[in-house]
Amino acid sequence: MTNKPLVEIQSLSKSYGDVVALDDVSLSINENEFFALLGPSGCGKTTLLRVIAGFEEPDSGAVLLSGSNLLSLPPHKRPINLMFQSYALFPHLSVERNIAYGLQREKLPKEEIRARVDEVLGTVGLRDKAKSRPAQLSGGQRQRVALARAIVKRPRLLLLDEPLSALDRKVRAEMQLELKRLQHEVGITFVVVTHDQEEAMSMADRIAVMSLGQVLQIDTPIGMYQRPSSVFVADFIGTSNMFAGVAAIGGVDVPNIGLLPGKEAVPAVSGAAYLMVRPEDIQIVEGAGLLTGTVLETQFFGGASTIAVLVPGHEVPVVLTCQGSASVSRGAIAHLAWPAEKAVVLNR
Amino acid sequence: MRNIGWLRLPLLVTYVFLYVPLVVVVVMSFNGGKQPFSWGGFSTKWYGVLFEDTAVRQGLINTLIVAVGATVIATALGTLLAIGLSRFTRSALLEAYSLTPAIIPDLALAIGLLVLFSAIGMTLGLHSVLLAHVVFGMAFVAAVVTARLGQNDPSLEEASGDLGANALTTFFKITVPTLLPAIVAGALLVFTLSLDEFVIAFFTDGPATPTLPIVIYSMVRFGVTPEINALAALLLLVSFTVVIAAQRITKLTDAV
Repeated sequence: MTNKPLVEIQSLSKSYGDVVALDDVSLSINENEFFALLGPSGCGKTTLLRVIAGFEEPDSGAVLLSGSNLLSLPPHKRPINLMFQSYALFPHLSVERNIAYGLQREKLPKEEIRARVDEVLGTVGLRDKAKSRPAQLSGGQRQRVALARAIVKRPRLLLLDEPLSALDRKVRAEMQLELKRLQHEVGITFVVVTHDQEEAMSMADRIAVMSLGQVLQIDTPIGMYQRPSSVFVADFIGTSNMFAGVAAIGGVDVPNIGLLPGKEAVPAVSGAAYLMVRPEDIQIVEGAGLLTGTVLETQFFGGASTIAVLVPGHEVPVVLTCQGSASVSRGAIAHLAWPAEKAVVLNR
Repeated sequence: MRNIGWLRLPLLVTYVFLYVPLVVVVVMSFNGGKQPFSWGGFSTKWYGVLFEDTAVRQGLINTLIVAVGATVIATALGTLLAIGLSRFTRSALLEAYSLTPAIIPDLALAIGLLVLFSAIGMTLGLHSVLLAHVVFGMAFVAAVVTARLGQNDPSLEEASGDLGANALTTFFKITVPTLLPAIVAGALLVFTLSLDEFVIAFFTDGPATPTLPIVIYSMVRFGVTPEINALAALLLLVSFTVVIAAQRITKLTDAV
C-alpha cells in the first residue's frame, strides 16, 4: 500500500434545510486503501458517499481525485463507481448484460466487452449464471453481480453503500472475506459505508467514525480500538468501562474511588474527564487492586467469559472478560487492576 | 377447501350475470330471421350485410383512426406525465389533478371540451375527437405508469448514470424498459376505451365523420336489426383479443 492520497475531501459541508448532513468534513483516502466510513444512521456517511459519486452537490468544500477537481464532473463522467445498497441491478437485463452495460457506454469494441465480462464473472465466481436474470439469483449472488458490474469498469475508486446489509448473517461473514480478497485482487481503492462496527473493523485498513455530520476520528481499526479520541468513539467501537472524574497527573481522580491510573491523552485532557478501560484489559488480582467489588454475575461464552463486578461508589457494574471460564463466582469479593498504559483519559 | 364450496354458487351466479348478455348477442348474430329477438335458424347472412354496409365500414375506419392516434399520443404523454410527476413533485394534489380526466363524468368532460373547441374556433371532426380521447387516455396511462413507478427502485437510474450513461441513454435503456409492462397495459386500456367511447365522441365529432359508436347509435334509433348483433359480436372479439394480449404481454415482461 502506498500512502499517496487518491481522494482529498476538503471542508465539505451540506445541509438539507435545518438538518446538517455534513459539517466541515475533511479527510483523505490513499491509493489502494480499503477505507470505511462508520457511524450510526443519520451521521452523514451516505451523504458523503453520494457527494463523491456525484448524486448530491455539497454546499461548500472541495473533493479532489488525484489532485484534480471532481465536483465539476457529472456522475457519468467520474472514474468512480458506486455499489448501491439495494444493488440496483437492472431487472430486465441478464447478469452478463447488466455487467456489460457500463462497458457499452464507453463504446468499447464488442470483443473486448465480452472478454472483460467473462473475466469478471470468473473473478466473482458466477460464470454459470451469466444468462440468468437478477430475480433468479440469491442475495449473495446479486451482491456479486453488483460488485462485478462496478469493478468491470476498472474505476479509480469504488464506493460501496452498506454492501452487506441485505445479506443474512452467514453469507455476510463469507462476503466480508470475499470483499477483502477482491479488493487485493483487483487493486482498486474501496470506500465502504457501514453502520456495523464489526464489519468496518474486520475489513478496513482505516476507519473514519462519523457522528452528526462530523468526522470524529480517523485511524486503523486497532488504533481506533486502543486509542479512541472521544467517548463517542470508545462507546461505538467495542465495549468499554467509563469512570467519570477530574483529570489528574497519571490518570483520573474519580469521586468516592480515588485516582485511577491511565495514559495521558495527547493533547492533555484537563478538567472533567473520563477514564476508559476495555473489558479484556482488566484483571482479577490477589491482594490490593485498583478497585474492589462484589461479583454480580458471570456469563460463559465458550471461549471466554464475562464477569460483572459491582464496585461501591460506581453506579454501573465494571465489566471484564477473561479466557475460558470465570475463576470467581457470584458474590465473591474481587480485586481489579489494569496496566496504566491500557486505560485512556478522555474529555468529558 | 370443501367447507367453502358453497361460495361457488355466488361465483357462478355472478359469471352468469356477466356473460349471459354477451352469449345472447353472439348467438343472435347468427340468427337467420328478420327479428333481432327471435330465433329464425342459423345463418351468417347478417355478417354479409354488415360488410356491405358502407356507413358501418366508414365508421369503423374513423374509430380506428381515432383509437390508434389517441393511443399513441396518450401513451407517450401519459408516460412522460407519470415520470415527471414522480421525479419533480411530491405534491399529491398535482398527482390527483392529473388523474381527474379519467374519473370525472364523461358528460362533463364532453361538454367542457365542446365549449373549449368552440371558444377557440376549432372545427369539429376526427381531429377533435382524437384530442378529446387523448385527454382522458393520458390520465389512464399516467395512473397505470405511476403505480408501476412506485415499485421501481429509484436507484436504478442513478446506477445507470454511475455506469456512464447520460440522461437520454438512461431514459431509453433503463427507465422505459422497466416501465414497459405498465406502458403496454396503459396503451391497450386507452385503445379499448377509445374504441367504444360514445359520449365524448358524440359531443366533439363533426357531422361528416361519425365514429362507429355514433353510427351504431343512429342505426338503433330506427330499431335494433340483427346486423347490430353481428357488429357487437365482432367488437367483442376485438376487445377480448386485445385484453388477452395485454395480459400476456404484461406477464411476459414481468417475468423477465
